[in-house]
Amino acid sequence: MRDKKMTGYHAASWNEPIIYELGNKGRRGSIIERIEEEVEAAVGDVVEHLPDKMRRKELPKLPELSEPEVVRHFIRLSQQNFGTDSGIIYIGTCTMKYNPKVNEALARSTKIADIHPSQDTETIQGVLEIMYRLKKWLCEISGMDEFSLQPRGGAHAVYTNANVMKAYHKSKGEIDQRNEIITTIVSHPCNAGSPAAAGFKVVTLYPDEETGYPDIEALKGIASKNTAGLMMTDPYDTGVFDPNIEEYVKIVHEVGGLVAIDQANANGILGILRIGDVGADLCHFNLHKSFSAPHGSCGPGSAPIGVKQELSKFLPIPLVEFDGSNYYLDYDRPDSIGKVAGFFGTVPCFLKAYAWIMSMGLEGLGETSEVAVINNNYLIKKLLKIRGVSLPWGKQHPFRLQEARFSLEKMKVDTGVGTDDVNRRIVDFGVQKAFTSHEPWIIPEPFTPEPPETTSKEDLDRFIEIVRQISREAYTDPEIVKMAPHNCSISKIDTSPSTDPKKWAMTWRTYLKKNKK
Amino acid sequence: MPEHPYIPNSVQNIKKEMLDEIGVKSVEELFASVPQEIRIKKKLEIPHTTSEYEVRKKIEELLSKNVTSKEMLTFLGGGCWPHYIPAVCDEINSRSEFVTAYAGDAYSDLGRYQALFEFQSMIADLVSMDVVSFPTYDWGSASGDAIRMAILSTGRNEILVPQTISPERLSVIRSYCEQLANIRVVDYSPETGQLNLEDLKSKISSKTAGIYIENPTYLGFIETEGEEISEIAHNHGALFIAGVEPLSLGILTPPGEYGADIVCGEGQPLGMHMYLGGGLLGFIACHDDEQILSSSGHRFVSITKTERKGEWGFTYVLPERSMLNAREKATTITGTATVLWAITAAAYMSLLGPQGMQELAKVIMQKSNYAIKGISELKGVKTPIFNSPHFKEFIVNFEGTGKTTLEVNKALLKCGIQGGKDITKEFPELGKSALYCVTEVHSKKDIDRLVNTLEEIIG
Repeated sequence: MRDKKMTGYHAASWNEPIIYELGNKGRRGSIIERIEEEVEAAVGDVVEHLPDKMRRKELPKLPELSEPEVVRHFIRLSQQNFGTDSGIIYIGTCTMKYNPKVNEALARSTKIADIHPSQDTETIQGVLEIMYRLKKWLCEISGMDEFSLQPRGGAHAVYTNANVMKAYHKSKGEIDQRNEIITTIVSHPCNAGSPAAAGFKVVTLYPDEETGYPDIEALKGIASKNTAGLMMTDPYDTGVFDPNIEEYVKIVHEVGGLVAIDQANANGILGILRIGDVGADLCHFNLHKSFSAPHGSCGPGSAPIGVKQELSKFLPIPLVEFDGSNYYLDYDRPDSIGKVAGFFGTVPCFLKAYAWIMSMGLEGLGETSEVAVINNNYLIKKLLKIRGVSLPWGKQHPFRLQEARFSLEKMKVDTGVGTDDVNRRIVDFGVQKAFTSHEPWIIPEPFTPEPPETTSKEDLDRFIEIVRQISREAYTDPEIVKMAPHNCSISKIDTSPSTDPKKWAMTWRTYLKKNKK
Repeated sequence: MPEHPYIPNSVQNIKKEMLDEIGVKSVEELFASVPQEIRIKKKLEIPHTTSEYEVRKKIEELLSKNVTSKEMLTFLGGGCWPHYIPAVCDEINSRSEFVTAYAGDAYSDLGRYQALFEFQSMIADLVSMDVVSFPTYDWGSASGDAIRMAILSTGRNEILVPQTISPERLSVIRSYCEQLANIRVVDYSPETGQLNLEDLKSKISSKTAGIYIENPTYLGFIETEGEEISEIAHNHGALFIAGVEPLSLGILTPPGEYGADIVCGEGQPLGMHMYLGGGLLGFIACHDDEQILSSSGHRFVSITKTERKGEWGFTYVLPERSMLNAREKATTITGTATVLWAITAAAYMSLLGPQGMQELAKVIMQKSNYAIKGISELKGVKTPIFNSPHFKEFIVNFEGTGKTTLEVNKALLKCGIQGGKDITKEFPELGKSALYCVTEVHSKKDIDRLVNTLEEIIG
């Protein structure tokens, strides 16, 4: 009889040892450049001249492998990893779109890889021109007046924006009074975490049960002379666009606060709406989401921030500028908040986003959001026909932009199978898990897939069939789902070391110590 | 618009079929929630859709204006350094399974979890500490986060940093920590560059959360009093934080052995291209101490078991600390990190192994000291400024030549050489100076050419 757990897919399963278990004493994976005899003769064994206490006594206990062993090990690890090139990835809020190969090829060019940030600017005109034009395009796409490319991830960008707000209020002499940031619970959590890390008190608005977005009166109630600003995501992580955004901007501006709208995931509004036109003072884009730079297994990413003219003097140094004949780095910015990262940011991502904007063009930007939104609403329509799947605020907001946050609460109540089980089972089909929700789960058993524009209808249909199959399993043979995964690189993980100091081991040496090996 | 190659459903018939299924007449109905008044009215100034051929041609034309460190002899360091990158590193970080993945669990993304655990393990062995976190953006953000950990775990609000720190890094630290602590600068000895221990003793107090030092320092010399500094810190109940360049640890005593409580540093030399400073990779290490771990918002990958005997699994430690879980109670500024570079660093460290790390560090130190020797013989030029051992960087002072550093660098550039970083403005007390960097990629011939060209320029 056919094994019901089998799906026609099986991940590579190498049972690959930890690299410290591989190799053999004395093996080496590289030959170091030989020192010329004249150099040796001139300076001698410099190490001997180090004070004894600064001379390393024991070699670092790194593994000892030959080159082919190293390559095989990491290739095997890569085979047990799942990227957008491997198959369907609809992790919501992450915009897992296709990463064009030409962009990768260009970014591997020695002409961008092997340049130093402190080179004379006359020797880096090409890359500076790309950075300058990219920032101009981002201004045009967002409706902002100036961009800094320096922040290196979404949370980092929100942090930088919080620091810009601080500098602004300081310049007005109001920083002691303005110590509150307002956010909404359906915004990405960095809109709460980053301003808190920057020293602000964070006040969170919850959606109204009826409408699915915060009550305008509630915002009026908390906006005050203590408000430094509003930091929120729009469209929300639920795929709902909050149409009151203009009203929020007005309320916050009236009390003297600033408004930063998180545009990390702009895939539903590119070419449709510019947050700058709505009155936002600050925003950021994630180049590794909407602008096709790859996610790199969790970075390096890039999250440029955009601001209105009034705030541009506070942006991190330097800014890339053009004097009519040459591109240059402007450090002469006395009001700047200084630096938030080394040098200028994640340069290879700039190149990839630049290439993507060229490839898409004005027409393609609009097409991106149009198709992403069609894909998502097609998915909504079909998934809602599956037993156990519902869409909170579905009546008020039947159509969503880039993604939707479903609930599997009914399935959980009916069968005991919840989101975590479904996400562990879905990978058995050669599909990446969908996102659940950031904490707290205001929607029970949240399930947030996001099908970007680079997904095909055939893939959507396949994804829908898989969810239907899992629902069927939940209602007929729930153990299959609860015991999943069955066809992955590894079986169910013992997560108890997560919270047990006696068991956790973040390094091989600690693992050996704790297990007396 | 015509069908786009990146958008499978840009075909009109497919769109129509999908809209029919959804039950709407036009795509406009799906966007109904976005009020008309705030939609884009004007035509954006973005170029038209461009073919792959043209994209490539135009970008290659732009890139051709850059001059690389392979085309021009370059002696720049200061936080981003030219090193040889084994082909294996580029091969591994080009694997699309790594490049295009993001945030799956270990069931689908076992590879990146294991590579991260191996990265953490190898950094731990280099710096001699028990815990290493998920990678972060760069040395600046790593030192900012390390200092935040010291402040939050001690509950104190003053931090001491050396005057010799990279001003750009100090600026990042200020951006990360100023709201939490007063950052005070400790003086250095003008003869040796070493941290002035008397000044340190006069500034440290029961308010001090931690002392941060760098080794090798931004100015290239080796801070040799780590043990004493650590003792002074610990006598006052403060933490000792060391920022390190990892290749130097092939020959230098690891900070874990001279008393560091938290170690951070820059991983770019471990197999990353410079990318105009875009190839940076920060790391943070600490002791296996719950209080310190809890003060960090970073993820930590732990090894664990699975239901199948003999199989390795991986899980995050104390996940409730992360921003994704704790929102405003989190203490981190990092979401998306630099994992592709951490995987690359893991490949690099396993290629070099213990022997390779030691040999490489020695070659670098020999070559830079050869350059110091050659340049120091030039008339009017002074190097090194500090009477201390130097690893791969050193200051060259041009006061005695009658030329500014900028003039010297412009003249070098005319001869196809990019001189050291001009630090005249960063460290005015050191006069007209540049920070030079020499690594394994510089041959004797290259160094001799620099010395000879400098001699001609100085006259």
